[in-house]
Amino acid sequence: MMALFKLREVQLVAVIIAMIGLIAIRFPSFVEPSSLGNVFNDTSILIILALGQMVVILTKCVDLSTAATLALCGMVAAMLNNLYPDLPVALLLLAAILTGALAGAVNGLLVWKLDIPPIVVTLGTMTIYRGIIFLISDGKWINAHEMTDGFKALPRASLLGVPVLSLAAIIVIVIMAIALKRLATGRAFFAVGGNPHAAVYTGIDVGKTRFIAFVISGTLSGLAGYLWIARYAVAYVDIALGFELDVVAACVIGGVSIAGGIGSVAGAVLGSLFLGTIKNALPVINISPFWQLAISGSVIILAVAFNARAERRKGRVILKKAEVAA
Amino acid sequence: MMPVEKSSEPRFVRDRLQGRSERIVKSWESLLLLVAVVIFLVNVWSSPYFLDPWNLSDATFNFTEKGLIAFALALVIISGEIDLSVASILALASTLMGLAMTHGAGVPELVLIGLGTGLVCGAINGLLVSRLGLPSIVVTIGTMSLFRGISYIILGDKAFTGYPADFAWFGQGYVFWVFSVELVLFVLVAVFFAVLLHMTSFGRMIYAIGNNPVAAQFSGVRVERVKFILFLLSGLMSGLAAVCLTSRLGSTRPSIATGWELEAVTMAVLGGINILGGSGRIGGVVLAALIMGMVTFGFGLLNVPGIVMSIFVGLLLILVIAIPKVLNRLAPAKKRG
Amino acid sequence: MTSMTSSDIKADTGKVPESGPAIRLSGISKSFPGVRALNGVNLSLYPGSVTALVGENGAGKSTLVKILTGIYQPDEGEIRCDGAPVRFATTMDAARLGVTAIHQETVLFDELTVAENIFLGHQPKNRFGLIDWSRMNADARAILERIGARIDPEMRLRDLGIANRHLVAISRALSVNARVVIMDEPTAALSHKEIGELYELVFKLKAEGKAILFISHKFDEIFRIADRYTVFRDGEMVGEGLLADVSQNDLVRLMVGRDVGQVFPKVPAEIGGTVLTVSGYSHPTEFEDIGFDLKRGEILGFYGLIGAGRSEVMQALFGITRPSKGAIRIDNELAVIRSPAEAVARGIVYVPEDRGRQGAVTAMPIFANVTLPSLSRTSRHGFVRMAEEFALAREYTARLDLRAAALDQEVGTLSGGNQQKVVIAKWLATKPKVIILDEPTKGIDIGSKAAVHAFMSELAGQGLSVIMVSSEIPEIMGMSDRVIVMREGRIAGTFAREGLTPEMLVRAAAGIGETP
Repeated sequence: MMALFKLREVQLVAVIIAMIGLIAIRFPSFVEPSSLGNVFNDTSILIILALGQMVVILTKCVDLSTAATLALCGMVAAMLNNLYPDLPVALLLLAAILTGALAGAVNGLLVWKLDIPPIVVTLGTMTIYRGIIFLISDGKWINAHEMTDGFKALPRASLLGVPVLSLAAIIVIVIMAIALKRLATGRAFFAVGGNPHAAVYTGIDVGKTRFIAFVISGTLSGLAGYLWIARYAVAYVDIALGFELDVVAACVIGGVSIAGGIGSVAGAVLGSLFLGTIKNALPVINISPFWQLAISGSVIILAVAFNARAERRKGRVILKKAEVAA
Repeated sequence: MMPVEKSSEPRFVRDRLQGRSERIVKSWESLLLLVAVVIFLVNVWSSPYFLDPWNLSDATFNFTEKGLIAFALALVIISGEIDLSVASILALASTLMGLAMTHGAGVPELVLIGLGTGLVCGAINGLLVSRLGLPSIVVTIGTMSLFRGISYIILGDKAFTGYPADFAWFGQGYVFWVFSVELVLFVLVAVFFAVLLHMTSFGRMIYAIGNNPVAAQFSGVRVERVKFILFLLSGLMSGLAAVCLTSRLGSTRPSIATGWELEAVTMAVLGGINILGGSGRIGGVVLAALIMGMVTFGFGLLNVPGIVMSIFVGLLLILVIAIPKVLNRLAPAKKRG
Repeated sequence: MTSMTSSDIKADTGKVPESGPAIRLSGISKSFPGVRALNGVNLSLYPGSVTALVGENGAGKSTLVKILTGIYQPDEGEIRCDGAPVRFATTMDAARLGVTAIHQETVLFDELTVAENIFLGHQPKNRFGLIDWSRMNADARAILERIGARIDPEMRLRDLGIANRHLVAISRALSVNARVVIMDEPTAALSHKEIGELYELVFKLKAEGKAILFISHKFDEIFRIADRYTVFRDGEMVGEGLLADVSQNDLVRLMVGRDVGQVFPKVPAEIGGTVLTVSGYSHPTEFEDIGFDLKRGEILGFYGLIGAGRSEVMQALFGITRPSKGAIRIDNELAVIRSPAEAVARGIVYVPEDRGRQGAVTAMPIFANVTLPSLSRTSRHGFVRMAEEFALAREYTARLDLRAAALDQEVGTLSGGNQQKVVIAKWLATKPKVIILDEPTKGIDIGSKAAVHAFMSELAGQGLSVIMVSSEIPEIMGMSDRVIVMREGRIAGTFAREGLTPEMLVRAAAGIGETP
């Protein structure tokens, strides 16, 4: 009976492997371990963001401000680094994460306390957060030479042969997997999205649970913000512009239901990897990167149509024989 | 007809609770009108150039094309759905017009291609939402990427320029004195949608669906068909906006009108369209378009950068929804205390 | 009214007096816009005792349950737990004080497992604060076994049928260490055998010293398992005491407040030719081989337990769902109905049970609701003509004697009975041949109820064919010319009005006398 949940993930794995296999026939270098490792490494930030987004979507909300939050947090870290080059990188990382948590808390409070539809809140904060970047940076870029070497080095460093960027994604995956499965709040996310009305009856505070989801999403965007800025060694207003759509797409492809209550860590990760594989494969197979947007769009539509078929309710089961069959 | 014999005279319920004047005074539109007047006066006070008729005429370009999109989008939102692909439809329509132009298409062909692309894109959204029953927010995020993605595939980092001289009429021409073609189109489209929404049975069905799609279906309303038509209209208006914008700019890049979907949504919500569906009026959207246009123009005269304008729009979007809620919450508390 | 904080509540739970009620509600009142649901009611629940709460639909029982579980806060009145005043500001407060309810509708989570549904909100945790899944599954298995349910706790709830969902809901109530257990019509959807097992469970809980509030419409079961009774009528408490001191008739009199005959003014109507014929109607999961015919001027009653598939058949007839097999003939002509719009065009209309969600667009004004299916008649070339809209709305609301301030008033501000009148007016304005009423008087006040019954009878008299789905035996027996009883998605029997007894209906609906 749990098969349905797992089925989606198995299918995704199969599709990703088939895709890699097809590419490998023509371009064997794509399947070398280092090359596949690169795919994961390149997708790490998307994975981190998708996991935050998934928690929000589980509670029947959506966070369109993730990319703007990422850019804001990255800029905060980069500016601190630029102004106080002596601050340890760990402190800058913390600053980015806290800024993200704060941005998420603002979203969450507006949804919780004022009951404003999440799509409106995050559409609004999405432009506001980008505007704030402009205000604090005066519209200027912070380029590689204005950042300290330590600041830029961390995401490229590696520990036991694993790049720190990938390591960050792996740690987030593990923490989220445990939290969603084994914390009461983790289960509350599913309950709130699956049946908000019933969640009240079981004593779950729906608004507060959504608030927590937004804070998690913001926090992970903060982490991703530092990683992004440090990795690409540049910070400006339009960093990661439109990336929130890739994040939502990764979730939808991973089987997270936009209606709330359905989704899994494995699904969100695989959805991200699916997009990441396409992104990395396009240059290898000599297709212009301009194709990428249209491909992700088509994949989103196919995925949501697919999800809807899997979720379609069978209606009440009244007949005894039907119950046996179900 | 089945007459009913009642022993007593039937008791008729009277038609209306409030008079017309009372309804008008209490409406959201009155508040918007007040805001519009205030912003107008602030602009007059802060810049001597504002009151010049040609300056005002120029200012209308800040909202005419977005307004065209926002009217149709308002109907979609009232029906409880959303269309985030409007700006991408515009981009694709503009790109295909450009492509046709390079193959020597004339002005009528260009307009037909612009509108036709809009209709086809709208039909795709409509089929996915109403026929397959998919959530419109995800569908239109998907088609948003897809439609603009096709523009990128066609254009890459290039641009179409060199539209025929006659084509400039739509975006740069004037019908009479300072009244531009776009402004006249804006007014005509506003009237069309106001009539459609407020005076026809189709409009009534939109409200019923937005308030309670299940009860509407249970009342014999063909919910799927109404929604399909609304997405079709939304696509058509994006196509029309593509004709205007392409004509005004005289060029097409795949990044054309990026982010307009958010401005159109903001315009609708600021205009009093309930983002959850079921209520709102076209008059409010017209006023919201005027307000946003004037603010942009005023900021422009004061040399405020565009991104600050977008902060303002974002704040406005949240505040217009938050303030009534906060006031509502405070009102009963005051009575008690 | 006293105001206590939750810390006060905690401090008081320690002392348990020997005698006296575990929980006592006094002078509780609760109003909603347009309706006073409860008016100064009292209720006491004693440890080790089963109190039956009796009353017609709409008497205020569900509102009381919601107050007891902290979902609603009373406008007036006091709740005392073991003698100490308490306040249930949230559902958690109620749960902390050991009040737990098994709800009428199983409000549970489809995507979570059975064990999670039982323990959500109070999952067993290990010493790191993490949910202990193996213990949770084991505990769930133990509780399910205790009530004799053969359900795998690791299954997802969406794969369970109605009866099993109900058992999960009961298990959930048992998973908290409850002192007060509220059972809201727990046997309504259960089979005969399952009901027996539930009674055993009630006795077990009683022996454990729990105070039980048992809400039921079935008098035989009340007298079998309850010790005390409290009767509500129209939001007021009209009697309480020991069941040993009263007879079944006494309770009915208290509950209805008058003789049953008065309530159902069915006038004999002339029954004409067949209007609707349904044959071999089947759905993959909901119903099978439904066949009946309906005559002009006839009121055909559909009786059955909740979840027997009656509403599902009606919704298929109305084009909401598609049957997999079978045929409909209207006036001897084969009809294909794929949507409500087609059903209305064919003259079949449906007044749903769930008024707020399916019946009326509550946020829209009365006139717009009434004319919604008739817009083609009140408009010219697609343009709505307000004068004709109001004329049509005025005419049909007057026929139903609607009480409202004005026709532009929102339907949601009306009382339940008047909302129902708006829904019926909406359909009469389409001049239908067949009107299907699904639990037409559920949750509406006595006055409106009588009006709806009188009107139904009148419509039949004028040659309209009526199908009435109802779970209230007096209503079914009072109004129907013929009764079809459904059980588990099939027709279990058809009965003529003459010689029909309540026992015949109950037996057919519960499948008594058959091998399960």
